[in-house]
Amino acid sequence: MTQIAPVPDLDGFVRPGQGAGLIDVFRRRYLLSLLVRKEVQVRYRGSVLGWMWSYVKPITQFLVFFVALGVFLQLNGSIPNYPVYLFSGLVVINLFSEAFSNGTKSLVDNAPLIKKIYLPRELFPVSSTLVAFINFLPQALVLAVVCVLTGWHPNLVQVLGILLGVLIIVLLAMGLSLFFGSINVSFRDAQNFVELILLVATWASPVLYQWTMVEKILPDWLMVIYQLNPVTAAVELLHAGFWYPTTEGQIPMPTGLWFYGLCALVTASVLLVVGQLVFRRLERRFAQDL
Amino acid sequence: MPKTSNAQTEAQPRLAIIASDLSKTFLLRHTHSLKESVIAAIRRKPISSSFNALDDVSFRINTGESVALLGFNGSGKSTLLKLISGVLRPDRGEVLTRGRVAGLIEVGAGFHPDLSGRENIYLNAAILGMSQKEIDARFDDIVEFSEIAKFIDTEVKHYSSGMFLRLAFSVAIHTEVDILLVDEILSVGDEPFQRKCLAKIRQLHAEGRTLVVVSHDLGMVADLCERGILIDKGRVVFDGESHEAVARMRAQ
Repeated sequence: MTQIAPVPDLDGFVRPGQGAGLIDVFRRRYLLSLLVRKEVQVRYRGSVLGWMWSYVKPITQFLVFFVALGVFLQLNGSIPNYPVYLFSGLVVINLFSEAFSNGTKSLVDNAPLIKKIYLPRELFPVSSTLVAFINFLPQALVLAVVCVLTGWHPNLVQVLGILLGVLIIVLLAMGLSLFFGSINVSFRDAQNFVELILLVATWASPVLYQWTMVEKILPDWLMVIYQLNPVTAAVELLHAGFWYPTTEGQIPMPTGLWFYGLCALVTASVLLVVGQLVFRRLERRFAQDL
Repeated sequence: MPKTSNAQTEAQPRLAIIASDLSKTFLLRHTHSLKESVIAAIRRKPISSSFNALDDVSFRINTGESVALLGFNGSGKSTLLKLISGVLRPDRGEVLTRGRVAGLIEVGAGFHPDLSGRENIYLNAAILGMSQKEIDARFDDIVEFSEIAKFIDTEVKHYSSGMFLRLAFSVAIHTEVDILLVDEILSVGDEPFQRKCLAKIRQLHAEGRTLVVVSHDLGMVADLCERGILIDKGRVVFDGESHEAVARMRAQ
């Protein structure tokens, strides 16, 4: 029975397990929406405070930094409306940290599924990023309310800047999750390395302090590199959108905000493509290495 | 395609699965840390060895055929099933499939204990490739088949293992597929439910679905399938009528 008949009509045949990557994720957006909904539903199951936790955590974090840096180190005096400054940077870092760290672990966490059923595996890092984004929304809402209370009057360009900043972080986190997540399948070192990156990221951008303090110390070329960090660009775009319009403009925003913003968008997009390529290369071994 | 009694007719049956020269090798790592790797390198011990799970396997399965993959534990049957479903990718050769493929492979992999039966049906059916419309249309059938309508809004973690398997199996069997991969169906539920599952699988086959079945219940599988492919140590040793394949396997 093993003799091979004349070459059959191969119309309609596909190679199982060879998807179209992120395009497939888009095609199966119904499944994606269910996965995101599941994550959101399950996250605070069995806790009394439930979704209140997504407010409690950032507010506590904010208070700690505010007391330590704003009061004890007296940044409150040198940066006008420091609470808003601090919080508008922290929401960016929180979004980035959650998306990146959960995205990196998402494949290992879904090992039973990946080992038994074929589905576009990009779904898992992508849904982690979307869950982080949903978690970001209430924080952004709190921020906006506080901004309004402190005299917020943004113009359209500044609002667009906020959207650009968020877009940069979402793309960046997705690309990095695809990259580190696929490495994490074989080498769990990746998730520890990511924790390290996140620790540095909080301090490598002007979240807790101000860019002028960095500029005074760093040589010009290093300052350019500092600003080319996509997270820095996103943080500054949110500062420009949320915090700057609540001040009298005593402290200017750095020049070239949009230039660095667009550079960051390009960097994040390139990293997304690289992440996808590495992911596809390593994907062949996922089911056997998990 | 007109059917003629002449077996030599030019018209070829429509193929569903083509496997050509499939090979799959697993790398077994003997070291699990950098330290162990370095020590193994110093002592010139092998860091890893390879294991041929499948070796040059070729076959073609027509649309509507039911095929049993036979072999003892570790012969490579499950690996083959995973290659067809796309979970694993071959190292050499290729598999091609036509139409939607879904597996009754260790059902319940996509279930989440904290979600209700209803939510799990939607989630799992979507994982198996169904659209929202298709799930809406089949939801009632799925619940009825599982016989756990009373508990459908209860969280799955409160289900007994039997109820869990019934629901999971019910979702899997109701997916819209052209090729159904079945791994160890008889581990599901009590005897009446097993019979019901088997009847459902026969019905799907009668409707023209292609079946690929792995089971250690040789009598059942020989009756269910008309063709058997016997695999031993990753190689196809027999491919023909299912009862004959089972007889060969027992003779081994």
